[in-house]
Amino acid sequence: MKNSLVQIRNLSFKYDEHADYALKDVTFDIYEGEWLAIVGHNGSGKSTMAKLLNGLNFPKEGSITVDNLLLSEETVWDIRDKIGMVFQNPDNQFVGTTVQDDVAFGLENHGIEREEMIKRVHDALESVKMEEFLDQEPHHLSGGQKQRVAIAGVLALRPNIIVLDEATSMLDPRGREEVLETIRQLKASQEMTVISITHDLEEAAKADRMIVMNKGQLYREGSPEDIFQLDEELISLGLDIPFPVKMSKMLKALNIPVSKHHLSEEELVEELWTSHSKM
Amino acid sequence: MMEKMIFGRYVPADSVIHRMDPRSKLLIVLLFVCVVFLANNAITYGALVVYTLLMLAMSKVPMRFVFGGLKLVFILIIFTFLMHIFLTREGPVIFELGWFKVYEEGLRQGIFISLRFFLLILITSILTLTTAPIAITDGLESLLGPLKKLKFPVHELALMMSIALRFIPTLMEETDKIMKAQSARGVEFSSGPVKDRVMAIIPLLIPLFVSSFKRAEELATAMEARGYRGGDGRTRYRKLVWSGIDTLMLLLLLALTILLIIFRT
Repeated sequence: MKNSLVQIRNLSFKYDEHADYALKDVTFDIYEGEWLAIVGHNGSGKSTMAKLLNGLNFPKEGSITVDNLLLSEETVWDIRDKIGMVFQNPDNQFVGTTVQDDVAFGLENHGIEREEMIKRVHDALESVKMEEFLDQEPHHLSGGQKQRVAIAGVLALRPNIIVLDEATSMLDPRGREEVLETIRQLKASQEMTVISITHDLEEAAKADRMIVMNKGQLYREGSPEDIFQLDEELISLGLDIPFPVKMSKMLKALNIPVSKHHLSEEELVEELWTSHSKM
Repeated sequence: MMEKMIFGRYVPADSVIHRMDPRSKLLIVLLFVCVVFLANNAITYGALVVYTLLMLAMSKVPMRFVFGGLKLVFILIIFTFLMHIFLTREGPVIFELGWFKVYEEGLRQGIFISLRFFLLILITSILTLTTAPIAITDGLESLLGPLKKLKFPVHELALMMSIALRFIPTLMEETDKIMKAQSARGVEFSSGPVKDRVMAIIPLLIPLFVSSFKRAEELATAMEARGYRGGDGRTRYRKLVWSGIDTLMLLLLLALTILLIIFRT
């Protein structure tokens, strides 16, 4: 088994202005090098989870330990160095006036020498395939490109964990695919741990492991295959199941043999178009 | 239209003035503003005009950009000139039409004051036309650096300016979107009596304010997540380079100043 990188223990959190707990007694681990998807519909506590991980809010009860560091007021800046975050709105996290200034922003905050900064900015932009856009201004970029710049900004700081907080929800399908593909490649090449917080189950289907949140509590934990077996239950939680899973199920119901509930469209198509030749 | 108003200012080109350090340009403008007041006769004003035109020629900025942006200013300059013609009553009368008399001193003052005004506007225009707004911000931050010792928030001010600059296009786009959305709901922005048109700004401004506050909050969160904690211990990615040209240009202005001091009466 892989090493546990983050330990979340009996975590509870309540916003001052709300009566109900946003998170209640949540316990789970995040393992090194995995892609973990945290899903749940609005108000399930998944975004609160992201804010707690990065010390943007502090838990009322329970603890978070990242890489053997217990999250507290004293360690929050060290933990933020280990966890990079990409947020939902591409415009509202672009600080610099140009692409390279934005990637450098985090480096400037950390007091890194200028020569080193130039190198890291170029490397980070190269790994998200945005190196041609160095001097471009944000309003000339598409949403997907801005999110890739945000990822580069995070990468330049060399964190162990990258958290995508609904990072693809404001993008068009092409932008979304661009961003996810970038993350997939980075995860493969740089041994990154990825936590994606999302309500897009197609995105979650590509993760190694899934956590379903409901009303501030951990509802289910498992591989995407396992989770999507729950279909009726998921729908009652306000989540949907991905189209290929739905399709496989419907085909099965019609007595058309499909080997399993496929998670991706490509897999399903692959089986369908080759199925005739096997008969 | 709005885009042109603000972004029409900086005209990228490759000229001596464009390549200058924003710090030296800012210093020159500041000094020039003081030096202008030394001039008080034909020779000194002539020297100022020559200097300004020389700068303009070196900047390689097309004339239409320079004078296109100055239309409003010309009205002001003409107004200043007329004020002097009408109100200064010194020296011999040089022109008379019924009760209306033009005095020599009035004409002289009118020409000099409006020329002074014109030169000031022209030299600051050259600065903004040849320097990217972000470079001006960097230059200001660097020049104001010593004030940090007096607890003046130089870094914060510069960051505020650069974020404001970065968000201008975003907010323009948003204004445009809200305008269209409100037009679709029947708000008239471009016709009807002036009173109605002014009132129509309210349903434009309120959503704009609400979303700006939301943006600001999200931006602050994103900045904090990337380790921003104020100006202390921060390094800079952008670097300003002071070169020989900058020193030379400052010396040229110094020469002009000396010239003015010698020839003023």
